[in-house]
Amino acid sequence: MISTPLHIEEKQTALRNDAEPIIEVTHLQKAFGSNEVLKDFNLKVFPAENVVVMGKSGIGKTVLIKCIIGLIKPDAGTLRVFGEDILVMKQKELDDLRMRIGFVFQSSALYDSMTIRENLEFPLRRKHHITVKINIEEKVREVLRNVGLEHTIDLMPSELSGGMRKRIGIARSLVLDPEIVLYDEPTTGLDPITSGEITDLILDVQKKYNTASIIITHDVELAKRVSSHIVFLSDGIAYAEGKYEDIIKIEDPIVKPFFVR
Amino acid sequence: MTTGNSHKDTLISKGIDDFFLESSELARFTVRIFREAFRPPYEFKEVLRQCYKLSTSSLPLVSITGFILGLVLVMQSRPTLVEFGAGSYLPAMSAISIIREMGPFVTALICAGKIASGITAELGSMKVTEQIDAMEVSGTNPFKYLVATRIIATTLMVPVLTVYADVISLLGAFIGSNTKDTINLGFFFTRVFESLHFTDILPAFIKTFFFGFAIGLVGCTKGYYSKKGTEGVGQATNVSVVVAMLSVIVIDMIVTQISGLLGYL
Repeated sequence: MISTPLHIEEKQTALRNDAEPIIEVTHLQKAFGSNEVLKDFNLKVFPAENVVVMGKSGIGKTVLIKCIIGLIKPDAGTLRVFGEDILVMKQKELDDLRMRIGFVFQSSALYDSMTIRENLEFPLRRKHHITVKINIEEKVREVLRNVGLEHTIDLMPSELSGGMRKRIGIARSLVLDPEIVLYDEPTTGLDPITSGEITDLILDVQKKYNTASIIITHDVELAKRVSSHIVFLSDGIAYAEGKYEDIIKIEDPIVKPFFVR
Repeated sequence: MTTGNSHKDTLISKGIDDFFLESSELARFTVRIFREAFRPPYEFKEVLRQCYKLSTSSLPLVSITGFILGLVLVMQSRPTLVEFGAGSYLPAMSAISIIREMGPFVTALICAGKIASGITAELGSMKVTEQIDAMEVSGTNPFKYLVATRIIATTLMVPVLTVYADVISLLGAFIGSNTKDTINLGFFFTRVFESLHFTDILPAFIKTFFFGFAIGLVGCTKGYYSKKGTEGVGQATNVSVVVAMLSVIVIDMIVTQISGLLGYL
């Protein structure tokens, strides 16, 4: 690790060490064949904090959040979420934990054979098998109102624009009132105006639901506006980390070109 | 010459490897299906939805094919039977051909083409667009919800579609019989039921469950493990149809041999 980021990390640690981390990643390793994506990655996320993970494409950012939610099994290291080691959890325990975490996919991953209503009802019905219909209806409408798309409730995903699909993806992740939301490149492929709207939405969600978030992005503007803490992933490690204002000052040939274009 | 032989050997060895890899993948998948399908929570609603969806989507094709099958069978067989003075055996001959072999086999081949390809394409595209991952992060076991339910549905619905196809084929045979002769519907079906025995119906009906299971299994395996990308989904769908049809043919051959050994032929 280079000297400047290490200095920032120490400063941050001093600021963040009052609370217990809600997510704690330690010495995480993951390789696909001979391609070592994560070599010794460490990360802490504290309650109500927006941690932005940045880095070049294909560097392992999505792999990191998929490891955190248990979609990819790491080769080594520990992953503690809400203080529980998810790598030793049974399937039922992992499913219960996943109900407390929202995941916004890069492609939105809406179920294309279902209407927007059914997409949002799906996680609710899986969690509350006996919840009466009126409660589910109210909850679905509430989250759709929060993302400003209540009028799309009976549309199919194919009838929505890219930005609307992203919003519905966020709405679906919120329907179970998660304590953590993981965003995988929420503004990729969107125009600057829609990206700005999604950024506003992420801030609103954080305020309204008081969630902790990990946001994977290349979007510097998004990082600037939403991040409480930035982690720069390079060569399989947390190469640099700190607040946005500190990160952009780093004179490092890997970090600097990312922020100064 | 040596290079050509070595290339041929490599191709044969790759073919054998692929066959065993494919077989082991299907075997592991089968074990997992039984493990998941019989473990609560049960997905009855989704099984019923899949049964309805799979059967209604195949119904028009099964109806048309079944009807033409019976009609053509009678029209083709009649001249030969009449030549040997056995024209009155037409209802019995068509009933035994349709119930024992042609009805189940042709229905299974149609389902292999229609249902297996549909399941592979659906699951493959769900995988490519991360919908299967989305289901998993919602706390739902996608294997149980998507795969086990579809395999149960095909195992139950292929026999139902076969019975339906048999009836439609026999109606086609009746109409075919009336193109040259005049034969009463009641008389035709009386001759049909007189000619059929329990040993004609049972093995033919039992094998349709195996056909249904194989079609669902192949369709789901190919879709669930399709490689990323739309090209991969297309390839998986193509392979799925070929493997499902081959599976139907192989199962048919095995069941026929076993029926023969048990004295049902």
